Amino acid sequence: MHALVGENGAGKSTLMKILYGMQKPDEGTITVAGEQVAFHSPADAIARGIGMVHQHFMLADNLTVLENVVLGSEKLYGIGATARKKIKEISDRYGLNVRPDVLIEDLGVADRQRVEILKVLFRGATTLILDEPTAVLVPQEVDALFDNLRELKSEGLSVIFISHKLGEVLSVADEITVIRRGTTVGTAVPAETTPRQLAELMVGSELPTPETAESTVTDKPVVEVKGLTVYASGGASLGELAEPAGTGLLTEEVSEADGVRRVLDDITFTIHAGEVMGVAGVEGNGQSELIEALIGLKNADSGTIAFLGEEITSWATRKRREKGIGYIPEDRHRQGLLLEAPLWENRILGHVTERPNAKGFWIDPKGAQEDTRRIVKDYDVRTPGIDVTAASLSGGNQQKLIVGREMSHAPKFLIAAHPTRGVDVGAQAAIWDHIRAARREGLAVLLISADLDELIGLSDTLRVIYNGRLVADADPATITPEELGSAMTGAASGHLEHVDEAAAPEDEAR
Amino acid sequence: MKKFDKERALLAVAGPVLALVAAIVLTSIVLIASGKNPFEPYRLMLEQVGFSDIQVLIINQASLYYIAALAVALGFRMNLFNIGVDGQYRLAAMMTAVVGAHVALPSFLQVPMLLLVGLLTGAFWAGIAGVLKVTRGVSEVVSTIMLNAIATSVIGYLTLTDNFGVLVGDNITTGVMKESGWVPGINLGADVGEIYGLVFLAVLLGIGYWLVLNRTRFGFDLRATGASETAAAASGVDAKKMVFTAMLISGGVAGLSGLPLLLGDSHTYALTFPAGLGFTAIGIALLGRNNPGGIALAALLWAFLDKASPALDYATPVAYEKEIATIMQGLIVFAVVISYEAVRQWGLRRQQKRVGAELAAAAAGNNNHKKEVAA
Repeated sequence: MHALVGENGAGKSTLMKILYGMQKPDEGTITVAGEQVAFHSPADAIARGIGMVHQHFMLADNLTVLENVVLGSEKLYGIGATARKKIKEISDRYGLNVRPDVLIEDLGVADRQRVEILKVLFRGATTLILDEPTAVLVPQEVDALFDNLRELKSEGLSVIFISHKLGEVLSVADEITVIRRGTTVGTAVPAETTPRQLAELMVGSELPTPETAESTVTDKPVVEVKGLTVYASGGASLGELAEPAGTGLLTEEVSEADGVRRVLDDITFTIHAGEVMGVAGVEGNGQSELIEALIGLKNADSGTIAFLGEEITSWATRKRREKGIGYIPEDRHRQGLLLEAPLWENRILGHVTERPNAKGFWIDPKGAQEDTRRIVKDYDVRTPGIDVTAASLSGGNQQKLIVGREMSHAPKFLIAAHPTRGVDVGAQAAIWDHIRAARREGLAVLLISADLDELIGLSDTLRVIYNGRLVADADPATITPEELGSAMTGAASGHLEHVDEAAAPEDEAR
Repeated sequence: MKKFDKERALLAVAGPVLALVAAIVLTSIVLIASGKNPFEPYRLMLEQVGFSDIQVLIINQASLYYIAALAVALGFRMNLFNIGVDGQYRLAAMMTAVVGAHVALPSFLQVPMLLLVGLLTGAFWAGIAGVLKVTRGVSEVVSTIMLNAIATSVIGYLTLTDNFGVLVGDNITTGVMKESGWVPGINLGADVGEIYGLVFLAVLLGIGYWLVLNRTRFGFDLRATGASETAAAASGVDAKKMVFTAMLISGGVAGLSGLPLLLGDSHTYALTFPAGLGFTAIGIALLGRNNPGGIALAALLWAFLDKASPALDYATPVAYEKEIATIMQGLIVFAVVISYEAVRQWGLRRQQKRVGAELAAAAAGNNNHKKEVAA
């Protein structure tokens, strides 16, 4: 198992794309099993037994798991019973827990990742490339994934593993390669390396910690949510198949007698000015729906949302954004950016009615461009200019642009979903600083993150969401990621007390 | 940065040029295969451009194409495929002709009123497809095609002599419009002809199209929806309202596309009114990359092929079939679709590479003197 670590934009993804035949090298050679090869397409790579699980999943939402898996490799096992049997077999062998007949759109991110891994194994891969596989998982799931990977390894498969999380890399990899700005800057053996040394290799600086200083929580409520409930779309009323659209792992339970699943069930909370409320939870337990209900993409089936004392339950998305709700979406490619538009047009996205982007009815390109230059500078977005398309930036730089854009409109309430996902350590610290600074000014933040250290370090209050309900709360000052993790799987509820002698949430898991 | 602008311009030109070259080469192959001179027809057609009466014909025809193609392009910009431009245009032209034949206001009221009738009729017809899509999720591709067929029947019914039809010879028309609704053209002499007055309407619409799309909030929302529906929704665009509005505007513009001919020359809607304009416009919008300037060039090219090709039949000493132009038009559409996608992907990849290269260079510079990469 070989790990590849490096800052964002260091060239990890590019290297992997070349290995997988998606991009051609300008110079140099690739050797597979002692034989020099030249890949012209992913098909060539697959033929050599190289399979890739991308950071952004390549799945067709409206097809079932089975259909997605056989897509493009129909010749292997056909598209019917043989293929289904094969999928079941692989799924059971590695404990992937994949159900072949569920629609992809009904699955959470973690389940989708398992489908991606299964897809690669289905094609007979002997070398797996995993691009940031743990970014979306909770500690328990990460452990499960690593168990799977170790099992793969013991059967003679090779795994190439890309990650920012140095702790994980050290615990699982047999060998580590660090790259920076497109070249290899070092290799390391995990047994002889500390996270600090690795981090210094990566960025030449120390690891930041997300801990906030003194509390800035005031008693002025900014967002009050009462009894918010949202039903699953595609419930029984639409004549869907009897099987509820659950996320393979945990959400088997149907909470209502009439068979309508509640993706959000009686959610009640208040966030005050200057408060960061963290929501922990396994992906697919209602976080996406909560975010969408708050920003206005989903209608509440019952319950109310109030913002600065005003009832906003029926407001449209645009009005909410104009009134000061900022939004850092969980999937920046789907919701945060126009990939083929230049950066300055992406600066306008979401704030098209506001200055400096618009003057009344008209767009103000000059104003937007100027402000984009400011964001690029202040948020250290690495780009040669503001006219390049968003697609040509690396993931971390795209995220910095989004954070800069949302913070530029002085939001009073910020919905931050995975604000530092896929962002390198340096930029992570910068984003945290920006959130902290705004919090001092009285910003209320709803923070949703799969990175438990980030949650614990940034939040003033912590809630755990499980199966659409807020089942537990915790004090971020004392709780550990492991304790939080057990509540996330539904094993604990109520107020979580820290039991052991405090082993403070150190850099350990990073 | 200037160089990325230049690059974008280069990419914008590369697609159409590639497509045209490919289409010409393929047409020449067809000519060779049928034992003809592969170059002579082009020379003959280009010769035609020198005649001023042909120039007038080309400009007039192009104005119709241009407006219709703008209607199609508007839909394309937000991933709506309005195949119904043809039906919207014919129905609107007929309604305008009927109103123009029965209402007589002073000219300064009559002409705007007629334009409004065309606009509203087109918008109404497209709006049906819009309502169906928004409320019932019916694909606009299917509904607009069907509305084309329905428009044909509606026109057939309304032009019965029992209704608004007037028999002129053996041609069914809607009667001659009142003269206050005629839009005078630019008369270039008896043997040259007249440029339609409403050619200027086409120009204005082109400018308006650019302004609305690139300089207004509405246009930004529309383009955002076309580029990424999910991102647009998250940014606060009401997708349904957007679909409906875009459909109305597209239909309204389509409704105007027959009016230069109707108000400028024919003054009546007859069975001889050109059909298929809306379908041709799809190809033109594609070739013009939904860009107002590009569409203008594409419309002129199409009009040129239309109006210069009849001369091939009368060429001496060797005559050619004028259908060569039709073959070429078909091949252009084909080549356009392929070359644009190829150029788009190539461009994206190239830019990613160059951004990477520039950043690496900047980083190398940074090692010596600490400086912001941005700027």
